[in-house]
Amino acid sequence: MKFAVIVFPGSNCDRDMYHAVNKVLGMEADLVWYDNSNLESYDAILLPGGFSYGDYLRTGAIASASDVMQQVKAHADAGKPVLGVCNGFQILLESGLLPGAMLPNKHLSFMCHHEQLTVSNHKTRFTTNYKKGEVIQLPIAHGEGNYFADDETLSELKQNNQIVFTYENNPNGSAADIAGIINNEGNVLGMMPHPERAVEKLLGSDDGIKLFQSLIENWRDAYAVNT
Amino acid sequence: MKKVTIYIMPKQGVLDPQGKAIQTSLNALGFSDVEEVQTGKLIELVVEDHEDIDKRVGEMCDKLLANPVMEDYHYEVEEVART
Repeated sequence: MKFAVIVFPGSNCDRDMYHAVNKVLGMEADLVWYDNSNLESYDAILLPGGFSYGDYLRTGAIASASDVMQQVKAHADAGKPVLGVCNGFQILLESGLLPGAMLPNKHLSFMCHHEQLTVSNHKTRFTTNYKKGEVIQLPIAHGEGNYFADDETLSELKQNNQIVFTYENNPNGSAADIAGIINNEGNVLGMMPHPERAVEKLLGSDDGIKLFQSLIENWRDAYAVNT
Repeated sequence: MKKVTIYIMPKQGVLDPQGKAIQTSLNALGFSDVEEVQTGKLIELVVEDHEDIDKRVGEMCDKLLANPVMEDYHYEVEEVART
């Protein structure tokens, strides 16, 4: 399984993401510069955290208009997995690949600490290695992680079981305690907490590793069936 | 040439912590009569004359400049001399 980590000007968690999939999980991975990319040869696309284009206009907005996001959309439309973390999640929202938008944190401050999360949906291709309702610990690091969507969208998300991670102690004011959501087709996941920064005990938690392991194992299962 | 001034504001009811912070600060300075502050963005464009200018500016706002999930916008168009 081959991963592409898309690097935008201002991405700063790209190497953490690369380290997680390549060094820790031993998968083939490339750092792919946003304007120099053909994504056809990749099995999964990772949109890392950071401050793409300096967060100008709105977080993730300028990146969402870049050429590479057209390819990411095509990749997503083909049913292949896409994971957006933090700024990557914001880019997915601005691109319309996931519903809703991000507002500044309710209490204004940038927050950088570990949070307890509940795995609300352990049946996605990103979460099968977690137990139902498992509480995990992942770091957050964001100033605009206050998930917002209208009531209709929120009830659709609940109804379709698209809320994948929720905060135990909602730190930023997110609607319905949402920390991560998946699209209705189940192949595009966006989340504010950083699983790639929690893949080794040395980092304070390795609760993020099961997310990558789930993705890899489910891909292998599907690939083995199809060939 | 036309100058387009676009005003983007958070939708009613959407959290505007920047506005709240400004209000708190104004109140602290003694302007206790300020009961509400909302902040937004102002974007100015200078564009070539175009018969479909309204349609094009609308597209620019919907595709990039404003996020319809959380923001409303309106704009004004005025004539400017070519420099």
